Amino acid sequence: MRILSLALRRLAASLPTLLLILVGLFLLLQLAPGDTVDALMAQMGGGDPAQMEQLRSFYGLDAPVLVQLARYLWRLVRLDLGFSAIYGKPVSSVILERLPVTLLLMGISLCFAFAAGMALGVLAARRANKWPDALISTLGLIFYATPSFWFGMMGIVVFAIKLSWLPAGGFEEIGTGATGLARVADIAWHLVLPVSTLALIFLATYLRIMRASMLEVLSLDFVRTARAKGLSQTGVLLRHVLRNALLPGLTLIGLQAGTMLGGSVVVESVFNLPGLGRLAYESVVQRDLNTLLGIVFVSALLVISVNFVVDLLYAKLDPRIVADR
Amino acid sequence: MSLLRRYLRSPAAVGGLVLLLLVVGMAFSAGWVFPRDPLSLAGRPLQWPGASPRFWLGTDNTGRDIAAQVFHGARVSLLIGIVATAISIGIGIVVGALAGFYGGWVDTVLMRVAEAFQTLPNFILLLVLVAVFGSDIQTVTVAIGIVSWPPSARLTRAEFLSLRSREFVQACRVLGMRDARIIFREILPNALPPVIVYASVIMATAILLESALAFLNLSDPNVASWGNLIGAGKNVLRVQWYVSAIPGVAILLTVLAVSLVGQGLNDALNPRLRSR
Repeated sequence: MRILSLALRRLAASLPTLLLILVGLFLLLQLAPGDTVDALMAQMGGGDPAQMEQLRSFYGLDAPVLVQLARYLWRLVRLDLGFSAIYGKPVSSVILERLPVTLLLMGISLCFAFAAGMALGVLAARRANKWPDALISTLGLIFYATPSFWFGMMGIVVFAIKLSWLPAGGFEEIGTGATGLARVADIAWHLVLPVSTLALIFLATYLRIMRASMLEVLSLDFVRTARAKGLSQTGVLLRHVLRNALLPGLTLIGLQAGTMLGGSVVVESVFNLPGLGRLAYESVVQRDLNTLLGIVFVSALLVISVNFVVDLLYAKLDPRIVADR
Repeated sequence: MSLLRRYLRSPAAVGGLVLLLLVVGMAFSAGWVFPRDPLSLAGRPLQWPGASPRFWLGTDNTGRDIAAQVFHGARVSLLIGIVATAISIGIGIVVGALAGFYGGWVDTVLMRVAEAFQTLPNFILLLVLVAVFGSDIQTVTVAIGIVSWPPSARLTRAEFLSLRSREFVQACRVLGMRDARIIFREILPNALPPVIVYASVIMATAILLESALAFLNLSDPNVASWGNLIGAGKNVLRVQWYVSAIPGVAILLTVLAVSLVGQGLNDALNPRLRSR
């Protein structure tokens, strides 16, 4: 219970941040040339000024900026993200349609990157400064330096075009009418390349952090005690070192949640996945600022909730954090 | 001098430096080796590398010389990397210094702003900035600098927190120095090394961010950037995959070089950490 209250307090502390983001973005978008009415008119192929004035007062765009800001925030409190003129439906429903794909992509990539990064990091730390360590660290550096979209494209060339093992893009085969397990398998099949692409950069970071923190923990006194009482090397690593070394990696998940969302914009574009990232890109191209603002809001919420979960896990892994308060 | 010797002892750091010098060399010699506009029509489109002696890296789908674009692209990437890093570090240092030196409500407010920036995904904020202010090369560079300042602010702040109550600062106060002079002339030089090392991370990220933006056709189409070339190659990926592959390798090597140099500098500056 104390863990929860601690995490809830952290969550409450992020509310002012969220407010700051929203006000900042709203003011920023005031600088953008053209408003919703201009975009609508451009879509309809022009209209007379009287009609535009009418529409402006209909959307409340003729009010002073501060009034508009207050209205905007009040709408957000009720989770009303406004209306997308381009898609012809509320922004919230456009986003909700796209959200599951992105969450799936991010979730699997995160798990994969964390697990693989951890395993490789532990392996490298156990053989620190010998050849397996050098090899793993070099691979990590190369992964880190690879632009993700390029890696995805080369994956398409090798695995989809040359070898035809995997599909080149899309979320699922359209028109097969598959349901249940067959559909799940089909989606998993389509996600292999995107997930490995997105996971790769993060794998590199986790690998480095895990290696460093394993080496750090290995030099502490309690590890010597564990060895002295006769535990095997594996036992020491798994029971004592790993749990302590996990903490920095966990912090990193919270810090990198945003980077991963940004990465999914690019990855979804490479693989034609109908997710939130691709929606962000499309709304920039189509100048659909309402949708773009909605996406920014949702991604800030996502980052905050990921950090909430990380806080909970953190306290679970290291009880001292709660006891200290 | 001992710094240089320590740096040169690590083969990875030396390799990175050589690679970086190579890219810098490409950037400087671009105008001389390929005097023509790299975005102008050079020959028959989609010639494979080595197929014609005139185009040793081939031509892309609109008949532009890939080698010329790779050389001129080095210029663009390095320039964007350096300028964006300078902007980001500049903002970061000022914000971090003020927050760390004064503490109190100044610190609270500035760190809230930094937190707001860190809560928003960098790339999505970059998309918003490009959507609002357009996508010519100056705007893109400034936007990349703006989205990546918070980590360097936090780093500077942490240094200032530990330095501000040291004796030399108290001595400055007793001498009656003004705050601005204490911050920028006395404390800042001591706080800089970790920030400078971190600059390599920012630069690597900046180059990657620009290439991703260019790949999405949201960067300046009128400059020969590597990301633009990869984006152009997307349409002919099935057969002429080399159009995208070649500039990708260039980005990879440049980012790798920058990271290796940064890591080498870090190790040379903190020799105690290396033995771990």
